[in-house]
Amino acid sequence: MSWTKEDMADQVIALFGKDVSVNLGIGLPTLIAERMDPAANVMIQSENGVLGVSGRPTKNTVSPTLINAGKETISIAKGASFFDSSLSFGMIRGGHIDYCVLGGMEVDAKRNLANWMIPGKKVTGMGGAMDLVNGAGSVIIMMTHFNKHGDAKLLDSCKLPLTGKDVVDLVVTDKGIFKPNGTKFEIVKLAPGVLEVDLKLPA
Amino acid sequence: MSKIYKNATEALADLKSGMSLMSGGFGLCGIAENCIDALTQMDIKDLTVISNNIGNSGRGLVKILVQHKIKKAYCSYVGGNPDLEEQMLNKEIDVELVPQGTFSERIRAAGLGIRAFYTPTGYGTLIAEGKEEKMFDRPCILEEALHADFAIIKAQKADPYGNLWFKETARNFSPLMAMAAKTTVVEVEELVELGDIKPEDVHLPGLFVQRIFLGENYKNDIEFLKLEGEA
Repeated sequence: MSWTKEDMADQVIALFGKDVSVNLGIGLPTLIAERMDPAANVMIQSENGVLGVSGRPTKNTVSPTLINAGKETISIAKGASFFDSSLSFGMIRGGHIDYCVLGGMEVDAKRNLANWMIPGKKVTGMGGAMDLVNGAGSVIIMMTHFNKHGDAKLLDSCKLPLTGKDVVDLVVTDKGIFKPNGTKFEIVKLAPGVLEVDLKLPA
Repeated sequence: MSKIYKNATEALADLKSGMSLMSGGFGLCGIAENCIDALTQMDIKDLTVISNNIGNSGRGLVKILVQHKIKKAYCSYVGGNPDLEEQMLNKEIDVELVPQGTFSERIRAAGLGIRAFYTPTGYGTLIAEGKEEKMFDRPCILEEALHADFAIIKAQKADPYGNLWFKETARNFSPLMAMAAKTTVVEVEELVELGDIKPEDVHLPGLFVQRIFLGENYKNDIEFLKLEGEA
């Protein structure tokens, strides 16, 4: 058994608590915005220059100038604000955003993250990821536990070029929640029916 | 001297081959559509372009990218831009990937007289190679200001002095680029009278703007339309 994407999003939401600010990366983490309980009073920041993202627009409210960092149309909550990219990253780098949730290709026990390029194959660029991992109060990586070849993405040492060094606080996968502590991954929680022996965690 | 120009062609007439050009917008949101179209018609090459995405999915700056007018590009994200990724992997273009926060701060610094700054972003990564490192509370790297000859910016409104008002998230890098470039060309959907933008609503003072024109035929493309209740 594993968690679904929705289960993973709910696991991350449970980590936030109330009255916090969060930045959600492109890919899996965007699901979080759609499943958040408005009563939790969580302010969602998107680094293209908005604080107070609130799900998706309707046909009547959609606007080409109202998007998130994934370039998807969004709507905003009461109390939202717009600002330029420098102020946006100032919020991030300055430690004013409590959590960031990013996708990942590899995370290692030394708290390193790789998620921006595969040399010679795929270059997406780092976007805001390098700033986010060095600035947000707590860095959560949300990703599948294994890649499509069945290899574990939680490693002793990242093989791909790093996005950030010694920056990851928690990893939420479809198999559980893991905390890299500098030498190994501590198991915080396992999805129902998942056995530690099947996770290929580095020793 | 009036800052008002007739159109993009007139406002960009002295942009020459080999110059550096900043271009506002996040993906396709808030891009200077008229200016980019004018660039496709100009006989220029070897541009250094500073823009977060260098267009996307065949649109925006991709129009001049595929004309091979760009020699060097500074950007933070090329995902969703297969033309750029291809030119990059084929080494037809020199791309310097810059973390987005460092990218915006380098541009802001240029406009505001800061020569360089230390930031933790990029420490311990490929980005740090060849850069000075210094230990504060955490290790940081030195990043330098990023200037340009021209900036092409789109705002919703401008008055004749160049005071600008941006709509929603279309602001992004544009005010920073306007400050960093020697000549800033702004295209707008609404050209209003002096005083129509209330002083407290001015997002960028007109001091930073050299040329303005009223744009036309805006597409304002949406890259990913996501509506409530749809999968």
